[in-house]
Amino acid sequence: MNGTLSVLAQPATIVKSVGAAEQSPVLNISIFLLFVAVTMVIVIRASRNSRTAADFYAGGRSFTGRQNGLAIAGDYLSAASFLGICGAIAVNGYDGFLYSIGFLVAWLVALLLVAELMRNTAKFTMADVLSFRLKERPVRMAASITTLAVTFFYLLAQMAGAGGLVSLLLGVDDSLGQSLVVAVVGLVMILYVLIGGMKGTTWVQIIKAALLILGAGAMTIWVLALKGFNFAAVLEAAVNNPENTNGDAILVPGIQYGAMPIDFVSLALALVLGTAGLPHVLMRFYTVPTAKAARQSVVWAIWLIGIFYLFTLVLGYGAGAFVGPETITSAPGGVNSAAPLLAAELGGPVLLGFISAVAFATILAVVAGLTITASASFAHDIYTNVIKKGQVTQKKEVRVARYTTIVIGIVAIAGGIGVQGQNVAFLVALAFAVAASANLPTILFSLFWKRFTTRGALWSMIGGLIAAVGLIALSPVISGQPNSMFGDGVDFAIYPLSNPGIISIPVGFLLAWLGSITDKTVESPVRAAEMEVRELTGYGAEPPVKH
Amino acid sequence: MSEDTAPPQVDEASPIDYLAVQGGSEFRELRRKLRRFVFPLAAAFLAWFLLYVLLGAYAHDFMAIPLLGMNIGLWFGLLQFVSTFAITTAYVMYTNRKIDPLAESIRADLEAQAASHNGGEA
Repeated sequence: MNGTLSVLAQPATIVKSVGAAEQSPVLNISIFLLFVAVTMVIVIRASRNSRTAADFYAGGRSFTGRQNGLAIAGDYLSAASFLGICGAIAVNGYDGFLYSIGFLVAWLVALLLVAELMRNTAKFTMADVLSFRLKERPVRMAASITTLAVTFFYLLAQMAGAGGLVSLLLGVDDSLGQSLVVAVVGLVMILYVLIGGMKGTTWVQIIKAALLILGAGAMTIWVLALKGFNFAAVLEAAVNNPENTNGDAILVPGIQYGAMPIDFVSLALALVLGTAGLPHVLMRFYTVPTAKAARQSVVWAIWLIGIFYLFTLVLGYGAGAFVGPETITSAPGGVNSAAPLLAAELGGPVLLGFISAVAFATILAVVAGLTITASASFAHDIYTNVIKKGQVTQKKEVRVARYTTIVIGIVAIAGGIGVQGQNVAFLVALAFAVAASANLPTILFSLFWKRFTTRGALWSMIGGLIAAVGLIALSPVISGQPNSMFGDGVDFAIYPLSNPGIISIPVGFLLAWLGSITDKTVESPVRAAEMEVRELTGYGAEPPVKH
Repeated sequence: MSEDTAPPQVDEASPIDYLAVQGGSEFRELRRKLRRFVFPLAAAFLAWFLLYVLLGAYAHDFMAIPLLGMNIGLWFGLLQFVSTFAITTAYVMYTNRKIDPLAESIRADLEAQAASHNGGEA
């Protein structure tokens, strides 16, 4: 059932078909290399002034709200959003649309409750906020563990997706070729982060977001134009496509989730509450100079992401109408090939090459954002503040962050190669579930609840993490079903759903509350007052770097 | 443990009495205005989204009822986009008018206090 979110995390089925014949790998690769070359030049230029930790982690806090909004969209609109949602709508109809709405509405949590207050109180990481008035070292350690867990799951899914995309977009079918591409993606990503830090990564995301939204927008207008700019006519054509076996049912929910609706509710909860707890999303709020700019970035992001998902609605049904669900599912890459096949149908190999390159760029930009988040969390939280108790120069900390980047890059490459042929589609949903269960309760309570204590934070973060990961381990995605990770030979699936959110999110919130009310130690009221004053007024907020 | 809980920057004897600021009427007004706006709004959009998800998960027949060339489900989904954009805009307008001036005034006060405490240094 996790199909949509990360269909691209599934290794593409190696089926030769009409789709493969139309594409030109050389053209696709050339356009992609052009993207890498152009972004690399920009990254190198952006890195000229990069010296301090604030430069490396937060791009000198000098991006405007609009730039950061674009970068957030670039970070958030992963290949799963683009290829996955288009494909899900093309094949399963309405249910793919349900997904995109959860992804969008989630941004209101970030806008109303999190973004500005986080910007006002923290320097670089989520743990900065959480440890402001609680006991620093244990809280930092726990926050860092959940950060690393979320980014690792997300990263692995993206890298696996890169391998899966290869056969779809470049016509490389064998596992050696796929491994090679995963390695190249990992290396380019390491270079972006090492050379450009957050500034370079941000520019990569900005460029990618612009290309992705423009490309999808052009295709949307094209699809609508073919049907006299009447969306209802596109829907009708999708229903009437001879390959559509579901008839009118593609216009209503139920084809994909009909059998287990509670599982979808569980997923929807994780999506809507997870986004504002994703560490790589939170970190983007530190790249702007003020809380007001953080607000503007989220506003830009909401408009861009919302408009993009409206495009995917048209493109998904458009692919259903002009390509057909049969052709899509039997193409290399399966469901993921809907958008590329539609591009080929509309604009031939050139548009296909452009869309393919954008899909690749998407993976690059997302993994770069994840990597810098994970390395910041390790270097800033674990190394500097937990191990060295803050007695480290900025230069040294940034050096550690760079080493960490290399290690994470290698782990990502090895993981991406290692999970080939495995069904790891659940990883993105798991990342959202952990973010919603382990991160969001602690963030909200520490921002809004006076009586929140260190114990509440630790119980919630560790408990939420264990609940989410544990339930997944005991779910049908891992064992008991033919398409489980371990197949149906072993069966220890005692949790019936494939999404843990409906249990693990309440557990996270409950533990935060329970831990706090049973905690007899009193946190410093002065620190709590300082945090609240600073979070609401922006007094003492980290200033942008002046060069 | 307690020695390493406070980051170094606060150790330089902060000139600001945060407890007094927190208890002051201006700050309480700021907090009240913000919370009175965002909490109900957050509860409302979560309930509205949850209603949509539950209908999408369980009320397929209702969602299939034809309406204005499409069906209720598609219109309902599009309404989620509209409500998200509307809430975003409303929040920006509210904070620009009611929150920002108040926050800026308190912040200016605090900065003035800190500057006078630090004498000529700052």
